[in-house]
Amino acid sequence: MTIDYNEKIPNNVNLSEDRRLQRALEKWQPGYLEWWDQLGPEDTTNYDVYLRTATSVDPKGWAHFDYVKMPDYRWGIFLTPTDEDRKIAFGDHKGEKAWQDVPGEYRAELRRLIVTQGDTEPASVEQQRHLGMTCPSLYDLRNLFQVNVEEGRHLWAMVYLLHAHFGRDGREEADAMLERHSGDPDKPRILQAFNEDTPDWLSFFMFTFFTDRDGKYQLASLAESGFDPLARSCRFMLTEEAHHMFVGESGVGRVIKRACDIMTEHKTDNVRKYGGIDLPTIQKYLNFHFSVSVDLFGQELSTNAANFYTMGLKGRYQEEKINDNHQLKDDPYEVSELKGDSIVNVEAPALTAINERLRDDYIADCQAGVNRWNKIIQKAGIDFELKIPHRAFHRGIGTFSSVKVSPDGRVLTEAEWDHHHGQWLPTPEDRAYVSSLMQAVTEPGKFANWIAAPDRGINNQSVDFEYVRFN
Amino acid sequence: MALNRQHLIDPAVCIRCNTCEETCPLDAITHDATNYVVDYDKCKGCMDCISPCPTGAIDSWQTVATPWTLDDQYSWDDLPDEPEGLEAEEGAPDEEAEELRDKAEAAQGGKVPPPFSAAHPYVSLYSKDNPATARIAGNFRITGSGAGSDIHHIVLDFGKAAFPVLEGQCIGIIPPGTDDKGNPHLMRLYSVASPRDGERPGHNNLALTVKRVREEDGMKGLASNYLCDLAKNETVQVVGPFGDSFLMPNHPSANIVMICTGTGAAPMRAITERRRREMPKAPGKLMLFFGARTPDELPYFGPLQKLPKDFIDTELAYSRLADKPKEYVQDRMKTRGEDLANLLQSEDTFIYVCGLKGMEKGCEEAFEEICAKSGLNWEALRKIMKNQGRYHVETY
Repeated sequence: MTIDYNEKIPNNVNLSEDRRLQRALEKWQPGYLEWWDQLGPEDTTNYDVYLRTATSVDPKGWAHFDYVKMPDYRWGIFLTPTDEDRKIAFGDHKGEKAWQDVPGEYRAELRRLIVTQGDTEPASVEQQRHLGMTCPSLYDLRNLFQVNVEEGRHLWAMVYLLHAHFGRDGREEADAMLERHSGDPDKPRILQAFNEDTPDWLSFFMFTFFTDRDGKYQLASLAESGFDPLARSCRFMLTEEAHHMFVGESGVGRVIKRACDIMTEHKTDNVRKYGGIDLPTIQKYLNFHFSVSVDLFGQELSTNAANFYTMGLKGRYQEEKINDNHQLKDDPYEVSELKGDSIVNVEAPALTAINERLRDDYIADCQAGVNRWNKIIQKAGIDFELKIPHRAFHRGIGTFSSVKVSPDGRVLTEAEWDHHHGQWLPTPEDRAYVSSLMQAVTEPGKFANWIAAPDRGINNQSVDFEYVRFN
Repeated sequence: MALNRQHLIDPAVCIRCNTCEETCPLDAITHDATNYVVDYDKCKGCMDCISPCPTGAIDSWQTVATPWTLDDQYSWDDLPDEPEGLEAEEGAPDEEAEELRDKAEAAQGGKVPPPFSAAHPYVSLYSKDNPATARIAGNFRITGSGAGSDIHHIVLDFGKAAFPVLEGQCIGIIPPGTDDKGNPHLMRLYSVASPRDGERPGHNNLALTVKRVREEDGMKGLASNYLCDLAKNETVQVVGPFGDSFLMPNHPSANIVMICTGTGAAPMRAITERRRREMPKAPGKLMLFFGARTPDELPYFGPLQKLPKDFIDTELAYSRLADKPKEYVQDRMKTRGEDLANLLQSEDTFIYVCGLKGMEKGCEEAFEEICAKSGLNWEALRKIMKNQGRYHVETY
């Protein structure tokens, strides 16, 4: 499973044996590099960054660390090895051999799933392109760039599938990935969360914790797909995605740690006075990023989602570990619903509630992470608890988008919402304060005052290692 | 009681991403609602899970008497401290090893205590009757192909057996089989060339620097040829560790003067690497005098050149360079006499000499000359340094 780096496009899919596909992808490549140059991390072309690059897809070889200039990063096409006997695990085709080619009847649906997933990857690179200018440390700068190059590689993974399996419309969709841009009023990215700005590093850490975690759950359910090349692509992407979760969880954790340190050292709640980010502000950012991320799972009840499942295109999280019939024809599933002025739980058909189930798995995972953040606060002996807001809070999609709901799940009048929302979501003043802290720190081993140093460096290097050289 | 090396996951760093559990070929990693844990009985230390872990939490290891159970691990918020002062059963002193060490230390004239800040060494954990089995993780020739001597860098992996060593300690190797009288072969001692946390940090391994002793050198060396010929993944029986005196000081203000020839570089490499990993900006100075016949025969020549000048002050002496007069370490020491004299006056200075028998004489002469020039009395100074564990000689 060694990756051939002599190829223009490194890959483990024998690309050189398919001349037509190889030529098509080589034609797409310059556009990609131009996109990276114009909309990737700003003014970084000449930096040497201590990056992780896969040299093979087996455990021993996929994390090779060295200094790389980002435009020279070996973006390529890596799929986990084929399992010849793999069977489809769910839906109407359960038990059939996994498809190596796109089934004609599901072509449009599959293409849509791949395009939606693929579109998020370059979008987040665009959203984060200015962050390097205000990095809190070289360590964090390196982590940002690692996230960026891997999002770039994830785009490659989806573009490969489009080129290899969807003919001309696949190629057109691949081109369109580079034409839509985050926040562009004429050609925005497909999903709204990916058109939001990532204006500061607290937002970035929250984004990688909450929004990239949506990515993890989407990839995990696509990794169950009956369309084997998609499943294998997503499986390898998940290994990389774990790093993004790490950047988010440890990043926010270190901001919390710093706040607690300031509170303890100065015996005060006024963390801002000492240049830190106070816990209530962190809670507001959490509320914002959680709520826009739960929107990404779509409508609570969705025929499309049910169809994708029945067709065997997109499964549930860890489908094969779930002990049921994997067809869900008559099964119930509990979902939240608006009833008058209150939110109640009702039984819905499990098949149409498939989005909600994925959202539930996601929320449980978020909660476990927030619990670990709370441990940091507890350890400091501070009486404060970060909370995940109610799933109906501040929603733009689904049943609850029509009402205003408080973080603890009470349906509010417009007037109540107007009166209170500044306590729950970052106000312009909060954002201005956080933004005022964003000053680049680029001396190895030094960290901005608002964030604690990490416990460990990357790849066993020390924390003061020179993770980025500016040249 | 035998010590065990246990693989653990640091719960304060782990983000529960499931990558390790997904990767483990033996299903040794599992989780509950709070923690990811490693089953001691299932883990074989294959390291497949290490590089995919995005956090480094997976790369946690402890030497324990009784392995932590899964329930222990589930209950943790943080990794507990590694158990200290374990009653590892240190066997009776190995007479054969003692004799070899006495011979090696003879040149320093009797026992010298370790530096006051040296770590406590484990000694004689494994005996000839109960040796540790190590796997060859790597075996490379490190002298140039045209060089007159064949020196190998050999990495031994101890798997799940705890084999704690300190820089300056050595291990015993007994070649398999018997001699022509039917007796087991004699033990050979080799200095460890890697720092205490392993050749590769976190991996339970150590490195040796072995020179192949050939017929033309006098007599074909049984143990050295056996070691140099071992292929990757072959196993070897190891005894030890040995040595409780030739140990490095651990306080940052310690100046360390290292004088070596040939494979005498092994402990110096370990000491240097320890300082580089743990305290690269320590105020204490590192000075190295290193002799070989030619640059080609100087083990670790390449990596040595890469160390920054402000980290280690290196003087190389070659005795067989064409068109150049013969030069030995003592000649270089004399050239740097003034700097050495300055260091000798500090109570923070520790001297280590290691190499072929007889080299200590040249060093002694050099120190005498340097001291005389600066109005110091070498004989008196050496006595003080020995009493304080600051002058160590090992020659063979």
